[in-house]
Amino acid sequence: MITFTLNGVEQQLDADPEMPLLWALRDKIGLTGTKFGCGQALCGACTVHVDGFAMRSCQTFVGDVEGSDVTTIEGLDGKLAETLQAVWADLDVPQCGYCQSGQIMSALALLTETPKPSDEDIDGAMSGNLCRCATYQRIRAAIHETARRMEA
Amino acid sequence: MLAHRMNALAARQGLALSRRGFLLSATATAAGLAIGFRALPAAGSEPPAAASPFESYIEIAEDGGVLIHSSQFDMGQGSYHGIATLVVEELGCDWSQVAVEGAAGNPALYGNVAWGGAFQGTGGSTSMTTAWDRYRRAGAAARQMLAAAAAEAWQVPADEIAVEKGRLSHAGSGRSAGFGAFAKAAARQPVPSDVALKTRDQWREIGNAGTKRFDRVGKTRGEQDFTIDVTLPGLLTAVMIHPPKFGAILAGFDAEAAKAAPGVVDVVAIHRGVAVVAEDMWSALKGRDLVGVTWDESAAETRGSAEILESYRSQATNPPKAMARNDGDVEGALASAETVLDSTFAFPFLAHAAMEPLNAVARLSDDGILEVWGGHQIPDVYQQIAAQIAELPPEKVRLQVMKTGGGFGRRAVPDGDVVGEAVAIAKAIGWRAPVKVQWTRENDMRGGRYRPAYVHRLRAGLDAVGKVVAWDSHIVGQSILHGTPFEAAMVQDGIDVTSVEGAANLPYAVPNLAVGLTSTDVRVPVLWWRAVGSTHTAYATEVFIDEVAEAAGADPVAFRLALLKDHPRHRAVLELAAEKAGWGQALPEGHHQGVAVHESFSSFVAQVAEVSMLDGRPKVHRVVCAVDCGTAINPDTIRAQVEGGIGFGLGAIMQEELTLTEGEVDQGNYDGYLPLRIEDMPEVEVHIVESDAPPTGIGEPGVPPIGPAVANAVFKATGKRIYELPFEKGLLA
Ligand code: FES
Ligand code: FES
Repeated sequence: MITFTLNGVEQQLDADPEMPLLWALRDKIGLTGTKFGCGQALCGACTVHVDGFAMRSCQTFVGDVEGSDVTTIEGLDGKLAETLQAVWADLDVPQCGYCQSGQIMSALALLTETPKPSDEDIDGAMSGNLCRCATYQRIRAAIHETARRMEA
Repeated sequence: MLAHRMNALAARQGLALSRRGFLLSATATAAGLAIGFRALPAAGSEPPAAASPFESYIEIAEDGGVLIHSSQFDMGQGSYHGIATLVVEELGCDWSQVAVEGAAGNPALYGNVAWGGAFQGTGGSTSMTTAWDRYRRAGAAARQMLAAAAAEAWQVPADEIAVEKGRLSHAGSGRSAGFGAFAKAAARQPVPSDVALKTRDQWREIGNAGTKRFDRVGKTRGEQDFTIDVTLPGLLTAVMIHPPKFGAILAGFDAEAAKAAPGVVDVVAIHRGVAVVAEDMWSALKGRDLVGVTWDESAAETRGSAEILESYRSQATNPPKAMARNDGDVEGALASAETVLDSTFAFPFLAHAAMEPLNAVARLSDDGILEVWGGHQIPDVYQQIAAQIAELPPEKVRLQVMKTGGGFGRRAVPDGDVVGEAVAIAKAIGWRAPVKVQWTRENDMRGGRYRPAYVHRLRAGLDAVGKVVAWDSHIVGQSILHGTPFEAAMVQDGIDVTSVEGAANLPYAVPNLAVGLTSTDVRVPVLWWRAVGSTHTAYATEVFIDEVAEAAGADPVAFRLALLKDHPRHRAVLELAAEKAGWGQALPEGHHQGVAVHESFSSFVAQVAEVSMLDGRPKVHRVVCAVDCGTAINPDTIRAQVEGGIGFGLGAIMQEELTLTEGEVDQGNYDGYLPLRIEDMPEVEVHIVESDAPPTGIGEPGVPPIGPAVANAVFKATGKRIYELPFEKGLLA
């Protein structure tokens, strides 16, 4: 039995400890907001937070999050997350939307660490998140705008 | 051009429906009012029975909800939002009332008007063209019937009823009510035989730059469901083992060990390979590693992509097998020209590589209905394929159209690849459970259906004063339509329109102009890829015209404008982009501009790219784009599609390339195949030309000009023309 905190609630899971956290979340727990894009930590669609850090859940064993605090797109709360999601909608960032959970999780981790990121900071933190619809211009704008609103 | 051929196809089958050949229909449903249009019955025959709720465009429920059934599939380009905009405008409802679902299974209602109306399908950037009349008229009819019902109940004249933001009101009596209150009564009103649509000056939604996509919030909260998210009681997950070479067939497999693995339910052979069926994705993947498979490769394609392109290069020097255009006397004009330019361009195979790897879900219910969930871009074709595999009549197949995580053409496959797999697997396990087949990224990358590789040889002749007297183009590559149900109508006299579009309709005034095509026999499965023929024709023609301008000693913008006298829409976007980009004005040190203009899918786009060289690689700083796509229904969606199209096209010309070695695809994931990432995204500025023309395409037309615009800027920076894509290769060549 693997025990961890998922979106603020204790979660007990009977699963192969080598199962990627991605499939545990999606197939065992039924949280489908976290997406599968590559399975190899190359696209960022599966990004979640483990103890506050952005992690690719497709390359994280569920056994390794024992005792950790896992947050998925479904569990976001707090002023920064709410502001970020509101700005994301205001700037009409998503196209197909498939990559966007991962984008938001990565952007949130960046803004938590670096409240006023530069373009270089954004490139560094977001480069691992592919968007095949290429919504990058708006992603960048949304991160800057969130930083502005948080400061205001 | 494509629309023209599809019309010809429809006409031949006696299926063409004129826009006027529709009769409004309405029904009272359990929920309320459903508005549809029925195809006008043949003279003298009985009108068809009332439309069922599945056959309508709009349903209005007693709770006031407005459910729109979209004929157009949404892969992220915003077709649902575009159609909803048309309905909200005419119906007078509020955005908060609106929901949109994908419709399928009734080509008479949902057939693509831009393709002649016989088939439902999304492609060629036609969604707003086909929806434009149809959904506005449906909205207007529903509004009129709601108003009539309210007028009857309130005993006031119907033309005194105002409809706004989802409410019906009568100023004189002070009465008002929501739509829901009259949904049932409206359905009993006579159906208007025709409706007056709002005039341009009355529009509040169409053209409103402040409107954001109605489906955006769910996509920021992980709430948008895609096919991968379909959950059903007892649902099993299947992963595929496909042949390593295209055209190989299954010789045998050993599934003993896999079947004993935890979570694995079955391992079955189907027409496209071997499927490992399990309780969840992880068990299926682990089980798959344990399956041993042997293939019969006797009929497989065994060439590598380098060999294929080499053979195209040599074929390009031979006369073309077919001519798409032949004005004047090209050879004569080339022979007497003062200067002749002769350039050969090579384009690699490209993968769609949408973020949601292909998938589909199939379930046979107890009542004998087969439901298939998926990205049904050509639903009528998929319904037939599913019915054939399941051995059911097509009317027993119900398609559930899901939004997909990208598509770019990959969900419109004439052989219904992944859709057929889901049905075949569910059947192979005896229909004992619903099955989701989920491709891995590697399945998706190696599963075929690429933008074909092409070689173009272009020649141009200039006279002594630098006037272009001849233009000759020979395109060599695979036909996308060959072997598909569309071939008979859309490949004529050896010309696959999708191979030559963008080249055969070259807008430049050249007296002697020929465009030839040699379609090749290669067994790598190919497909339309966002902007189709224009993905290569725009590059070849717009880089070559720059080369010609250079030879003539002319400015690239002025040179193009002079040759576009009879093409005002091309001229207008080119002038606008040049002006907004400050063409010809001073740029930061080391920065250079390149330009391109191209028409695709009846829209006109010009782009000016500002580029510098960084470590031998182009860095694109800024792209200024002017677009004329007729009436701008949603300016913000247009901007988004152009921004995204530029990023999509830029990644492709910079670094995307799908290669094969001895018939096997070399790339498996996003480490080998390299779409654009955020650090390479330029700043994009989009200017929309005001237009009264009907709406035309926007999902694709932003893609074609970016490659040549950047290549032309790189030439200014380095003096080097890039003849081989991607740039990573062509810059070294
Ligand atoms: S699915 Fe995990 S990074 Fe792509
Ligand atoms: S919005 Fe489609 S992949 Fe990012």
